Parts: sequence; structure tokens; C-alpha cells
Amino acid sequence: MVSLTSARLVRNRKARDRAAPTLERPGVGWAIPGLVFFLVFAVAPMVGVLYLSLTSWDGLNAPQFTGLANWSRFIDDGQIWQSTLVTGVLLVGNIAVQAPVSILLGVWSAGHQRNRAVLSAIFFLPLLLSTAATAVMWRQLLDPNFGVPAKLGALFGDSNVLGTQKGAIVCLIVVTSWQFVPFHSLLYQGAARAIPNTLYQAAEIDGAGRVRQFIHITLPQLRNTMVTSTTFMVIGGLTAFDIVLLLTNGGPGTDTSILPFSMYQTAFRTYDYGYASAIASFLLLLATGASLALMKISGYDKMTSTLEGL
Amino acid sequence: MRTRPNYVAGLAAFVWLLIIGVPLYALVNTAVQPQTSYTDGGPVSIPSHLTLDNFATVIDSGFLHYIWNTIFVAAFTVAIVLLLGIPISYAVVRGRGWLTRGVFRLFLVGLAIPSQAVVIPLFLIINRLNLYDSLWGIILPTAAFALPVTVLVLSGGMRDIGTELYEAMALDGANPARVLRDLVIPMSRPSIATACVFTALQAWNGFLFPLIMTQSEDDKLVTLGLYNFVSQYGANVPALLAAVLMSAVPILVVYLFARRALVAGLMGAGGK
Repeated sequence: MVSLTSARLVRNRKARDRAAPTLERPGVGWAIPGLVFFLVFAVAPMVGVLYLSLTSWDGLNAPQFTGLANWSRFIDDGQIWQSTLVTGVLLVGNIAVQAPVSILLGVWSAGHQRNRAVLSAIFFLPLLLSTAATAVMWRQLLDPNFGVPAKLGALFGDSNVLGTQKGAIVCLIVVTSWQFVPFHSLLYQGAARAIPNTLYQAAEIDGAGRVRQFIHITLPQLRNTMVTSTTFMVIGGLTAFDIVLLLTNGGPGTDTSILPFSMYQTAFRTYDYGYASAIASFLLLLATGASLALMKISGYDKMTSTLEGL
Repeated sequence: MRTRPNYVAGLAAFVWLLIIGVPLYALVNTAVQPQTSYTDGGPVSIPSHLTLDNFATVIDSGFLHYIWNTIFVAAFTVAIVLLLGIPISYAVVRGRGWLTRGVFRLFLVGLAIPSQAVVIPLFLIINRLNLYDSLWGIILPTAAFALPVTVLVLSGGMRDIGTELYEAMALDGANPARVLRDLVIPMSRPSIATACVFTALQAWNGFLFPLIMTQSEDDKLVTLGLYNFVSQYGANVPALLAAVLMSAVPILVVYLFARRALVAGLMGAGGK
């Protein structure tokens, strides 16, 4: 990789004799271009959205400063609190379904038998479809006239499963889980493979059964992955937009119009950018709060190597 | 070690196989039958006729152009993210002082910024930069929001490079640029592959930025093409699902060529 001339060898030997050579370290300047880019396209808009939430703006004329008018409207807006509630229900529902399923699937597929490799490859397939493609596909499968519910009427009763709020929320959770459980179970599969075998051997000697090994060894060892995976779920849940737009279009009525969807409608359908910015700011606060909390739990910001510790 | 077969887990895995497999079967099945046979039999029946006409319909509507646009966006997003992300991660891992630590923390917090929440000011910025309705209007914000994950993945990989290797470079009198070129980049190839895959997935999955930053047919991406097809082909379900299937082709190709990096990337992202 690196060739040394004999002259340099001698020089270096002398240097080594004096003291360990110190390497010039990269300065913070190396980070500047990326930092500027990130500040312009991610951080500045964050400040911008907070400012715009204090204005009335139609997207064409200059924004008019209106103080807290949007925010007092926000607090009195029943529809927004309904959206927040639905966002929360979807978030909790998604985590409640996806976390256990993906932990079990991930740990199971971490085994090395041949059939597991084949099955894991099939489990992986939904990752090949984008959220938009997934939503379009399921919308057809769930179609009240031609889809599966219509053909299996006995199983579904009323075939219009997307026609009620409960049904639509269940469908959103089912479809989101269908798409993302493979992703999360891959995370768990990787983590489960990294658990040292000696721990299980020791447990075996102590006479611990499969269930006890799972509870006392596997789950604690997966703790960090649980935090990572949950972070993905929370952020993903707070920003789920395409799935709602394509699967339920916020309906029936406004029953599944979650916060990002309401924000989009307010901004880009009714051109009320000021009020939409207030909704967006609220979303921003929720997401930042959630991930700061999760980062605190995980100790992610400690900057340690992934090889260190267990 | 554990040799006893676990029947309960096996059964559960089989159930999940059905949950994953049946919709995928219905997708392929519907896409390859004529509309009349679909309306008679529904999505999961055995088709009476097989046809590739649906794919022809989709191609005739210009879908390949959307696929090309998506590949363009993904490629440039990945390029920008690597160009900016590698030096950042290098500075964060090897640099000293509160400034570099601050940079890392900023990107960690940046992980939590939902693109949805800042899309209104971004729309304004893209307009001011005269990039509205161009693919660059999608590429730049997508790259910015892929940067935090990239920095996290890359700096994780770079931290695992042993100190003795840096010491060897020091013996050689290498400056930071050479250390980056000759040691850090070659040694972090796995995490660079991971970052590429992650960013490409994000670009390819993107929906909101293409929806808001572009409007003309010329700049449409696959995800938006599908969205439009819903209204355009609402009644022609087999054609619609053929489009869904075709939209998966680029990522399938990536998967076939970069399977290892893709799977390792998704696994490594979990943290240990």
C-alpha cells in the first residue's frame, strides 16, 4: 500500500527513536462543505418553518407576520387534535405489531439452516417495493368490488374494509407492517447473529430452556437494536404520508388524516402555508422530542466504536 | 448447541410466509392476466389467460422515462452524499476538539428532522434557487436528508479502523488527505457500500419531494407515476399492478448485484 524509500526509512527510524510520531489530524474544515449543505437544506428550513408558523402566507405574496394567531387557531382546531390522536394510534399500533413480530422473525432467521436462508430471502421481498407501490398494490387487493374481501365475503363481512375509521386504521397498520417488518427483522437478524454462542452454552449447562434463554440472553442482548429499530418506527410513523395519501386519502372523511397529511393538505391544497407551518412545527417538536428521548436511552451520542463492549 | 427443532417457531414463520407471499402472488398474478379474466376471478384466482399486454400498456404510457428519472435522481443523490459525507465522517472520527464533536451531535439530532415538517420552507428555497420543477429540486433535499444516516454509518465504520494502521501512516509522514485516500476510504468500503444502498433506497422510495418540487411530466419519478396511474388507470387494475411490478425492477437489479452490501447494510444499521 505504502512504499518507503530507504532514506525515509532511516529518517523514520530516527523519529521513532525520539518518540512515537504524531499524525497530523484532519481539522474541522473537512466537515465544512457538508455542514453548509446540511445547514441550507435541513437546518435553515427548520428555523424557517418556525418563523412561517407566525405568519399568514399564501405562497405568492410576502408572508405577513401575525404573531401567535396560527397557534391559537391550532389549539382550537378540533380536527388537528383528531389528527394527532390518529397519528398516535397508528404509531402505537405499528410498534405493537411490528416490534414483537420482527424480533421473533429476526431471531428465528438468525439460525443457519438452509430453509431459513430461503425463507429469509422471501421475507425480504416487500423491501423491493416502494411505499407508493405497496400502497397501490394493497389498495387494489382491498378493493370492495374486485379485491380479496369481495371474493371472501364470509371472512370479511362488509367487503368495504377501508370504509370505516377502524377498518382504515387497521388496514394502514397491516400494510405498513407488511412492508416494514422485513426491514426490522433484518436488523434483528444481524444483531442476533452477533450474540456470542458461549452465552447460550453457559445457559444450557445451567439447564435453562429455550424460552428462558430467549428472555434472559437474547432480549437483553438486542437492547440497542430495539432502540434503533423503535427510533426508525417512531420517525417513520410521524412522517408516514405517502401510505395515507395512496391507501385511504385521509378517509373515510377525515378519519385517517394524520398530521403530515393535514399539513400537506393545508399547505399545498388550500395554500394556507402559515397555518400549515404551525402543524409542521408541531410535528417537528414531536419528532425531536421522541428521538432525543430515544438517543438518551441508547447512549448513541457517546461516540463509541461498534466493536467495543458487548 | 441447540439441536431440538423448534416447531412453534417454524409454524409461525410459515404463517408469515403466507402473509408475505399471498399478496405478492396476487400482484404478479393480476399483472399477467387480461382485465376480463381479472374481473371474473379476482386477484388470487388461477388466471385463465396469461398476457404481457399490461406491461406493453405501461411502457407505452412513458413509464420507462419515470424509471430513468428515478435512476438519475438516485445516482446523483448517492454521489453528493458520499462526496460530502466521507470528509464529514473523517473529521468527526479523527479530528479533535469540541467543534468536531459538535458537528457529530448536529448530525445525530439531524436524524430526527422529519422531511415532512420542513417541506414548506424547502419549497421556498428550491423556488428561490430556480430549481423548481427540475430533478435537482428533488436531488438536493433528498441528499440533505440522507446525510445524517450516512455520517452515522460511515463514522461507525471508520471508528473500527485500528490505531496501529494510523500509526503506520504516521511513520510514513502522511498528511490527512493521504490518510483519507490510502487508509480510511479503502478500509471503510463496507460502510460506504451500506451508505450507498441506504441512500439509493431513500431516493428510490421518495414521494413527498417529487410530489412538491416538480410538476411536469418530464420530471416525474416512478413513485409519482404510480400515484398518477391510480386515477388514470383506476379501472384497469392489471395494468396498474404491472406498473407496480415494473417499478420494482431497478431495485431488484441493485439487489441482485449488491445483495451482500444491501443485507449487510440493513443489518449493520441496527447497531450492536
